[in-house]
Amino acid sequence: MPKDGGIGASTVRREDIRFLTGKGRYTADINLRGQAYACFLRSEVAHGRINKIDTAEARAMPGVLAVMTGADFAAMGGNPAGWHIPSRNGDAMKEPKRPVLAHGKVRHVGDAYAVVVAETLEQARDAAGAVVADITELPAVVDMAQAVANPDLRVHDEIANNVCFDWGWIEDNRAAVDAAFKAAPHVTTLELVNNRLVPNAMEPRASIGDYDPGTGDYKLYTTSQNPHLSRLLIAAFVMGIPENKLTVIAPDVGGGFGSKIYHYGEEAAVLAASKALNRPVKWVADRSESFLSDAHGRDHVTRIELATDLEGNFLALRTETLANVGAYLSNFSTATPTFLHGTLMAGPYRTPLVYVNVKAVFTNTAPVDAYRGAGRPEATFSIERVVDKMCRELKLDPVAVRRKNLIQPDQYPYTTPVGLVYDTGNYPATLDKLIEIADFSGFEARRAESAKRGKLRGLGLSTWIEACGIAPSNLVGVLGARVGLYDAATVRVNATGNISVMTGAHSHGQGHETVFAQIVSDKLGIPASSIDIVHGDTSKIPFGMGSYGSRSLAVGGTAMVKAVDKIIAKGKKIAAHMLEAAEGDIVFEDGKFSVTGTDKAKTFGEIAFSAYVPHNYPLETLEPGLEETAFYDPANFTYPAGAYACEVEVDAETGRVEIASFACADDFGNVMNPMIVNGQVHGGVAQGIGQALLEAAAYDDNGQLLTGSYMDYAMPRADDLPMFTVDHSCNTPCTHNPLGVKGCGEAGAIGSPPAVVNAVIDALHRGGHTHVTHIDMPLTPSRVWSAIQN
Amino acid sequence: MTNVTMTVNGKAVTGDVEGRTLLSSFLREGLGLTGTHVGCDTSQCGACVVHVDGRPVKSCTVFALDVAGASVKTIEGMANADGSLGVIQQAFQDHHGLQCGFCTPGMVMSAAALLADNPKPTEAEVRHYLEGNICRCTGYHNIVKAVLAASGQDVAAVAAE
Repeated sequence: MPKDGGIGASTVRREDIRFLTGKGRYTADINLRGQAYACFLRSEVAHGRINKIDTAEARAMPGVLAVMTGADFAAMGGNPAGWHIPSRNGDAMKEPKRPVLAHGKVRHVGDAYAVVVAETLEQARDAAGAVVADITELPAVVDMAQAVANPDLRVHDEIANNVCFDWGWIEDNRAAVDAAFKAAPHVTTLELVNNRLVPNAMEPRASIGDYDPGTGDYKLYTTSQNPHLSRLLIAAFVMGIPENKLTVIAPDVGGGFGSKIYHYGEEAAVLAASKALNRPVKWVADRSESFLSDAHGRDHVTRIELATDLEGNFLALRTETLANVGAYLSNFSTATPTFLHGTLMAGPYRTPLVYVNVKAVFTNTAPVDAYRGAGRPEATFSIERVVDKMCRELKLDPVAVRRKNLIQPDQYPYTTPVGLVYDTGNYPATLDKLIEIADFSGFEARRAESAKRGKLRGLGLSTWIEACGIAPSNLVGVLGARVGLYDAATVRVNATGNISVMTGAHSHGQGHETVFAQIVSDKLGIPASSIDIVHGDTSKIPFGMGSYGSRSLAVGGTAMVKAVDKIIAKGKKIAAHMLEAAEGDIVFEDGKFSVTGTDKAKTFGEIAFSAYVPHNYPLETLEPGLEETAFYDPANFTYPAGAYACEVEVDAETGRVEIASFACADDFGNVMNPMIVNGQVHGGVAQGIGQALLEAAAYDDNGQLLTGSYMDYAMPRADDLPMFTVDHSCNTPCTHNPLGVKGCGEAGAIGSPPAVVNAVIDALHRGGHTHVTHIDMPLTPSRVWSAIQN
Repeated sequence: MTNVTMTVNGKAVTGDVEGRTLLSSFLREGLGLTGTHVGCDTSQCGACVVHVDGRPVKSCTVFALDVAGASVKTIEGMANADGSLGVIQQAFQDHHGLQCGFCTPGMVMSAAALLADNPKPTEAEVRHYLEGNICRCTGYHNIVKAVLAASGQDVAAVAAE
């Protein structure tokens, strides 16, 4: 049993109190004395040449303080790509400048080209309407196949065929993979689309720039998952200001799901405007702006081939993918379809040979970057769909085929043919658990009951793996990363024994304030109520790489534990002095430093007090104070894995799909707070079901976003979803971090889309519609009905 | 600018607004009650739900002047008199019915309106009623659980884990 409130307890969240009483402090809730308001002007065409922007009338309007255009930012640097991906022929990737505001050309609907700053928001909006932009519309390229094929259609004039890179992984394996396909008894081929999504955190992006003319310091309040990275990018790359003169504060942040990892131009614009006007400048996106300008997710077109023998043993796998990066490179958009996708194409299986080709393509659409799961959902969807298709072609049981191809528990560490080394896992165990909790044995009775009501019932499965806790910096550096991927924490023990933990991880819904306090409480034996978790402020926290990729606990949490270990080590030195014992004889347990084998002891509070009031203290060998910082760079990725099952009911008359049940058996390593972990899985599965059945960011041929509001973009709502069955009893602790944690934030969104689609295809086959081998997501009634008819 | 007066969370308030000032803006900017959130511009997301004379209203869709003289209740008015969490708020905490907290004020206000109309809703009724409140974090599982628990029903039967 977990200690009360410590590691493993389902402690309710402390942050809930402020959120439930309206006392949360999101960026839009912050108002600074004397602040002005910004309103951005955004392109209404997908591609156009900016001839002239006439701001005279707007400048003359009441309350207007400034109108800035791309020309005002032309001397600044661009928002850089964080990862260099070379092409397989050795060419460097194409990195067109992404300016703060569009200059010369606009390249997607929503591309910001000017900003109006006024005394009030209403005045800023009124004046924005008076800015006259003379923009010549140019042909837009939206479809990736067309973008690659037509040399005359260019998003960036200097990039022919719109290809950012043409990446092969692993190039040395290519010939062997091709040979295996030639010799294979059976090859299953599937062409599929991984639909473009809009992350849609419920809090729209917002930023407040606050320049202090007295000190020359800039402060940015912003909706970020990653404030230190934003500071680095803004200071060093975009604005060219000293990093020590910029503080980035990400207060309460209302969800991110990837879309708030990145630096966006609006942040630099409000900082520059604040300096120009000597007053704070605030901008809050409306939802329409979010749809048009937040980084979107997914958007792959993939051809996948699986070579097997006639018993369904996997022999080789090969994919070709076009990955849409949109009009500009977002910070991690080059890593997402490559090292978060190609390296996962072995899945949880022993496929001996794998080759992946990804072409990243510029189009006149919003930038695409990591969205919950980031590359791993795309990999999982491709694998799990082609495995299911192969099972149908060879008339094999999808459970049995998966089971016999899974990596076995005695095979770890397991080196995959796509460059990863899985440290631990037990995939057959989660599959067995899933079969139990999803009640596979009762499916036939449920199917018969559905049939009585005229519905087709289907059961779909996926077994999946992901790589989280990214990652060893030296490894990712070799692979093209331009940043380190460690994290940092400071544990500050105050003289009175209570604690402030400054963590580089950032919570925007994950509950770090509760869970991180649980862990420190458990390690130090002091009440969690005496521990504060501080995050989201670069002036308080040593450094950090923020929260994404399910890395908070595995990386940030480990840094915190290592800092706690240093506190205990120093405490032992202090205790040895005070208790007149050898340091090696001091043990720390339940909040007490004691001399082993005796009843001589000092409480944690007594040691803390002595550190700050060092009257009886080894000053000649030990500094006073009790504060420790640790940076932690992980030895490997972590590898959460699991098995998901979905049951659907399909109405063949209308094509409507209803989720009848959804079950998850996950392996997250050790679980710190089961309640929170379950909540993360629920949310991830909801987003995965949203991708599978409801959501699509659709552009027309002219690059107009057809799904630019909640009227058109189908967000999952309460009545679209069932209760979920979740289990994480088959956990194998991660072998290379002290908490044994793997990460749980993205799992649900990774494992669920193929389970849903597999279930729908299963239902159609059971209903006699055996000509349907695949339907592209989202499986709307129209698409399902059409598939049945054809 | 026009002067508007109304009762908010039991207190008489007054302020100058434009004809186009939304109730959500008046609450947030005029009164500093930033618990009411604005998550969209098409009256879809429900983060801005408040009660006007006891009925749930999307405050981003109502002009402040239109509710002159009305009694408005926001998330800031939902705690008990001693400051402790009200029954619905407590159920949301107990059942982990919130993550990032942004949709939460609207969810709580909608849930309160539901339970005022229908003190013992079924799971399906809760899901149908909350259709106008979008949450991106929770998958609704724990929100539905929290609302059922707040109604005094045993949630173990509907949400086995």
